[in-house]
Amino acid sequence: MTLSKRYQALAASIAARFGETLHPVQSTCGELTFELDKADLIATGGALRDESEFAFETLIDLCGVDYLQYGESEWQTRSASSGGFSRGVEREVIVPDADATWDPQRFAVVYHLLSVVHNTRIRLRVYAGEKNPPVVPSVVDVWPSANWYEREAFDLYGILFEGHPDLRRILTDYGFIGHPFRKDFPLSGNVEVRYDEEQGRVVYEPVQIEPRTLVPRTIRDDNRYSPDIKEAGDGS
Amino acid sequence: MAAEFQNFTLNFGPQHPAAHGVLRLILEMDGETIQKADPHIGLLHRATEKLAESKPYNQSIGYMDRLDYVSMMCNEHGYVLAIEKLLGAQVPVRAQYIRVMFDEITRILNHLMWLGAHGLDIGAMTMFLYCFREREDLMDCYEAVSGTRMHATYYRPGGVYRDLPDTMPRYQPSKWHDEKDVARMNEAREGTLLDFIEDFTNRFPARVDEYETLLTDNRIWKQRTVNIGVVSPERAKALGFTGPMIRGSGIPWDLRKKQPYEVYAAMDFDIPVGVNGDCYDRYLVRVEELRQSNRIIKQCIQWLKDNPGPVMADDHKLVPPTRAEMKGDMESLIHHFKLFTEGYNVPAGEAYAAVEHPKGEFGVYLISDGANKPYRLKVRAPGFAHLSAMNEMVEGHMLADVVAVIGTQDVVFGEIDR
Repeated sequence: MTLSKRYQALAASIAARFGETLHPVQSTCGELTFELDKADLIATGGALRDESEFAFETLIDLCGVDYLQYGESEWQTRSASSGGFSRGVEREVIVPDADATWDPQRFAVVYHLLSVVHNTRIRLRVYAGEKNPPVVPSVVDVWPSANWYEREAFDLYGILFEGHPDLRRILTDYGFIGHPFRKDFPLSGNVEVRYDEEQGRVVYEPVQIEPRTLVPRTIRDDNRYSPDIKEAGDGS
Repeated sequence: MAAEFQNFTLNFGPQHPAAHGVLRLILEMDGETIQKADPHIGLLHRATEKLAESKPYNQSIGYMDRLDYVSMMCNEHGYVLAIEKLLGAQVPVRAQYIRVMFDEITRILNHLMWLGAHGLDIGAMTMFLYCFREREDLMDCYEAVSGTRMHATYYRPGGVYRDLPDTMPRYQPSKWHDEKDVARMNEAREGTLLDFIEDFTNRFPARVDEYETLLTDNRIWKQRTVNIGVVSPERAKALGFTGPMIRGSGIPWDLRKKQPYEVYAAMDFDIPVGVNGDCYDRYLVRVEELRQSNRIIKQCIQWLKDNPGPVMADDHKLVPPTRAEMKGDMESLIHHFKLFTEGYNVPAGEAYAAVEHPKGEFGVYLISDGANKPYRLKVRAPGFAHLSAMNEMVEGHMLADVVAVIGTQDVVFGEIDR
């Protein structure tokens, strides 16, 4: 989908004003996405909010993303006919936080901005860098609604927000260990709880669930589902 | 002696009937005045977004129902819109009308639940009974169309699961209801589902009048809501308010009008806005939304009666073929097999789709890397942003007003904790 006229105009004015700091990302759905350096976040965010041309006064959403396994398929589709399918359930054990650094584009924070005045939306993405733990400046002073969203991103991804007034866990249990939405955190978790009759309290134990995959994650690059191949009658 | 009792901490919930689920509030009190409110959430956290990452796209639709479990189909709507946006899928017009109609039925369901519970919280017992009387009829609509009263899983990428049924389920005589009772109860159920909903829309405005006679000019109701939890328009924008919360503060912001999706652009309805931004104005806004939703449903019924047609896209790479097709066509069988064992692949990219949910803007941010499962799903729940402003809204109010503010925010923990 191409950009509508309104968004083309917005993209042009953003390019003119923030050409140095906001780098546009090719969109597939008629949305505007920009990536920026985390050092520019506060100043650019403030300008986007205050300048009447943009007036992005509302931070509608903020979320963390872990790009660790982006584009990884669990199931080989090309060589399948000779070797047969695997169930795609074996996974190497990743020891979390073993490295002092990681891919600088592993953790990202995505901001969805809304301008109620101009009825426009844009998306900003900031990569947290290679340092462990990942750190991104907090935008609470720019958009107050970021407060809980940043707490959530910290809780689920372990991204630290520099300058946040009250960076506590928000969704997970009191005393929870780990950051559950990271791609190397198992879906079943690490601990399970039960009530122990003898001790008369709830106890934590290592989880007993075996991880399993019912439907493997599959990426098809042979464009089998692409409409133009279907129309060409190729069928391969 | 008095100084000793002046400041103390009060633990409100998570098992308090006025906490609307599992809200735990740590209140710092100065006598009966709130100094600071610290909501502790997450007691209902199920990691819906992470679960969705481990499943093919269609298997997560049912999870969406369980987010805001009093406005089920609207949640599904946000999710399927995001998938359709990434796929570039087209939805038949009839399916769009059905979606709009059920979105509005859902809005009435949600607002009735809100009105009943909010009334109950601050002392209006009768409201709860009145609201549940009408909810029952709408629940029956859910059941007739999807087979379940709550978790419908009715919207699918490419349309809706099936067309509207031609008959309504009827009551049977039992030892509690004799033939005469049953005949009266089945009066509206003789025709199709659309006839039943039409009958409801004809009855409903009078019912809303009933609610209003109980509350709108009620002295106690006004004492409990006027000038409680006032939010200025500027603050509402900065705090990420949407839906009735921002409209109550006087900003006419409604995605159905401003960024119309499906066939909302063809609908004739008004957006009510408040003036003072207090609990009373938000009450008035929501009650008026009941009437406006009723108007939209009426328009949809007329169109749906006049225009039969398909309710699912005719693309078997996305939508399973019918059972009959599978019996005679090998390719249909293969499509069916692939769709149910592997699902469909969504092109790599990212999309944010938002709907005007009864509580505000319900957004779904989807990142796909081209696989048959979402790479990242983020649900933007309206209640999350509203509840985060709790401290600001109750500061300086009395303890009893906390309950009014919880009620006016219309919090549901299924969506806030996700």
